[in-house]
Amino acid sequence: MTDVPINKRADPNDIRDRGLSETPEERASYLRAGHTLRSWFLTTDHKRIALLYLVSVTFFFFVGGIAAALIRIDLLTPEGDLLSNEGYNRAFTLHGVIMVWFFLIPSIPNTFGNFLIPLMIGAKDLAFPRLNLLSWYIYVIGGLCTLFVLVAGGVDTGWTFYTPLSSMFAHGQVVMAATAVFIVGFSSILTGLNFIVTIHKLRCPGMTWGRLPLFVWSHYATSLILVLATPVLSITLALIAAERLFGVGVFDPKLGGDPLLYQHLFWFYSHPAVYIMVLPGLGVVSELVTAAARKRVFGYWFVAGSSLAIAAVGFLVWGHHMFVAGQSMYASAVFSFLSLVVAVPSAVKVYNWTATLYKGQIAIDPPFLFAASFIGLFVFGGLTGLVLAMLAVDMHVHDTYFVIAHFHYIMVGGTVSAYFGALHFWWPKMFGRTYPMVWGRIMALLIYLGFNLTFFPQFILGYLGMPRRYHVYPPEWQVWNVLSSTGASILGIAYLLPFVYLLWSLRYGPPASANPWGAAGLEWTVPSPPPKENFVETPVVDYPAYNYPMEMEEGARG
Amino acid sequence: MSALPFWPHEASAYSAEIDHLALAFTVLIVLLSAPVFVLMIIFAVKYRRGRTADRRHPVNSRIGFEISWAVIPFAAMLVFYVWSTRLYFQQHHPPGNALEIQVVAKQWMWKFQHPGGQREINELHVPIGRPILLTLASQDVIHDLYVPALRLKQDVVPGRYTSLWFDADTVGVYRLQCSQFCGADHAVMGGYVHLLSPSDYARWLEQAGTDMSLASQGAALFRTRGCSGCHGAAATVKAPKLEGLFGHEVPLSDGSVVTADAQYIRDSILMPHAQVAAGYPDIMPTFQNVLAEDDVLKLVAYIKSLAAEPRSKP
Repeated sequence: MTDVPINKRADPNDIRDRGLSETPEERASYLRAGHTLRSWFLTTDHKRIALLYLVSVTFFFFVGGIAAALIRIDLLTPEGDLLSNEGYNRAFTLHGVIMVWFFLIPSIPNTFGNFLIPLMIGAKDLAFPRLNLLSWYIYVIGGLCTLFVLVAGGVDTGWTFYTPLSSMFAHGQVVMAATAVFIVGFSSILTGLNFIVTIHKLRCPGMTWGRLPLFVWSHYATSLILVLATPVLSITLALIAAERLFGVGVFDPKLGGDPLLYQHLFWFYSHPAVYIMVLPGLGVVSELVTAAARKRVFGYWFVAGSSLAIAAVGFLVWGHHMFVAGQSMYASAVFSFLSLVVAVPSAVKVYNWTATLYKGQIAIDPPFLFAASFIGLFVFGGLTGLVLAMLAVDMHVHDTYFVIAHFHYIMVGGTVSAYFGALHFWWPKMFGRTYPMVWGRIMALLIYLGFNLTFFPQFILGYLGMPRRYHVYPPEWQVWNVLSSTGASILGIAYLLPFVYLLWSLRYGPPASANPWGAAGLEWTVPSPPPKENFVETPVVDYPAYNYPMEMEEGARG
Repeated sequence: MSALPFWPHEASAYSAEIDHLALAFTVLIVLLSAPVFVLMIIFAVKYRRGRTADRRHPVNSRIGFEISWAVIPFAAMLVFYVWSTRLYFQQHHPPGNALEIQVVAKQWMWKFQHPGGQREINELHVPIGRPILLTLASQDVIHDLYVPALRLKQDVVPGRYTSLWFDADTVGVYRLQCSQFCGADHAVMGGYVHLLSPSDYARWLEQAGTDMSLASQGAALFRTRGCSGCHGAAATVKAPKLEGLFGHEVPLSDGSVVTADAQYIRDSILMPHAQVAAGYPDIMPTFQNVLAEDDVLKLVAYIKSLAAEPRSKP
């Protein structure tokens, strides 16, 4: 933040600096390249589609958040007083379905991936711009189906849709909910396909694989999972619908089916899906850490390769969701071992980020604070995942609040922190305006504190034996639940804050320069906000990624 | 609100060992993550932008570092892997002398049947000081029997028998819960395990006593449901005789061989066409919608009691 007086308010006497007025960059940018609704809803510009996603995933984040609020309010007391048993089941099912498929999975790839991948690799757009728009429409149709489920009475199977409960016993809108997820799956597949082809074919001259930003590497790994795993989920959901509607016996033992077959199929998708949710966040943090430290990433190939390793090994650990489900103990032993293996590349990333900070030029700005809280929460979430990978311990804490706490550390502590980190880092690039740093810092700290207060008590509740999906619990567990709900309200306020200062910045924020953070990367070479065609001239790259000036010891090589 | 609970009760030597494992593993986690937290803070302070510091550094990647911080934590994990997998395997090998109790889960209650025929709902009375083997069956969806004080849970899956065993050593009343989401009243599908001294257990059995043992109840069903019409001693239909069957190998009409365990008996009653004994016509009707899982468990107990009888030739 050296070259722009970022905390200076817009000068009311300067005609060019009225906040409301347009800068020359803005006038030429993608934001002003058409003002009609049609120019937005039929756009094929990856940057505009990214903004369409930004608005829609934010909407679903708050719908899912309202469900979470209902859950936490109900859990304030040991009795089920706010919601009935059925109402509570519907609340956590919608919370899970919406947060997983309509927020976490599309969040970073479809907004920031969409916006940044072409800019980072020196391309004018994604390989298939119309397909990109189509995948947004598919997402919206899936989202409308979910909202239909919501108003038509909800669904009470849990986001996992376990059979035969979902296929033969549950009363709610199971088929409609499955349809919604089925539809949104195609949006994921198309986006993943688009990214893979784009990264292969549209890199600018000199942008070799070894010079790709790590954000692009992690999105490449994510896309592979999106394309390979999502079809399995689609088939599985179709089988549920077939059993429920037509009595085709696949999962219900009374019809000759096998309920555990469902779990194998579901987790074969849903465990890799965890990496769909977290890999883009890992990519974001690599960018944030290097930019904050103004230093090349330590061990580029190890960080890039670990994304691919996570994507590959992530396909081989699904059985760790079934240690108490009745699968063979030998299978469990293998899955337990592989679950330890998959932790290694994540550890490699974390240690490399830490080493990147060593002797850096660290700016304590919002992006760094988000990255640091990501690392802290991700480490803790990952290591508690290893507790769950231990077979005998899992027999105790499986399906308890320990599991809830663990995966919220990864998905909310990790992915949502990375999402807000990305929003704060690339906001000046996306909209050409800067926001007050101090508010960004306050938000990062509030999220970190609120998050830990919400979810740390849940580890203790889990070890004490509180099963997940319980809203009636023994009175002695109330203190921990009250602490957790208190943290959730802090978290809720923290999530609302950016609405105020980021929206404020759109109008009154000082204009951002092309490179307000002094960061490396092609996206910082174009004006903020970027012009419609991204690059006036196709860039040529003849330097490595994160080409920051280095102070080397004598005889050392980069 | 009562005093802040930090740790659940330990009702067996096994639960104490799980706690040791979990605590030792927590120490390892702290050791592995502490450097990250501490170094991040130190670096953020020491190398804050604008602050003078020696920023000359050697190289931007070191194979030695990379390999050591990948391999050393993994090796430490493997120690715990062996420890926990050994406990898990032990948990899958119930001792032969265990007291067997049949459990049926259904939306939303637990039903327990003792060998002596005593039945109870949502309450389980068992003695300490001897292994208890629970055979779990579900009438409808997947449930999960979870007793935190024993650090044990097991899914109860429709269509198959699963099992859980423990050897408790501390008398008391402990919570049991369903921990696999099973529909509307999942959160209230719980009850209590009463761990009793052997003498208290004997007293309980007596006051809860029934006229007939589980096997005798099965024998009664065997007659009233018409099983004996074909499988009985006087039957004229060509059906496999069940004396001496349990635990032995049965050749099937498709050429394979299965062991006649509880699962096989259950499947033969509910899905008789799936596994037909070699040399017999495939004529047995299904009892799928006739017998509930607890009745099937009684029949299994009865057929098991016939194991000791001399095997009659068909």
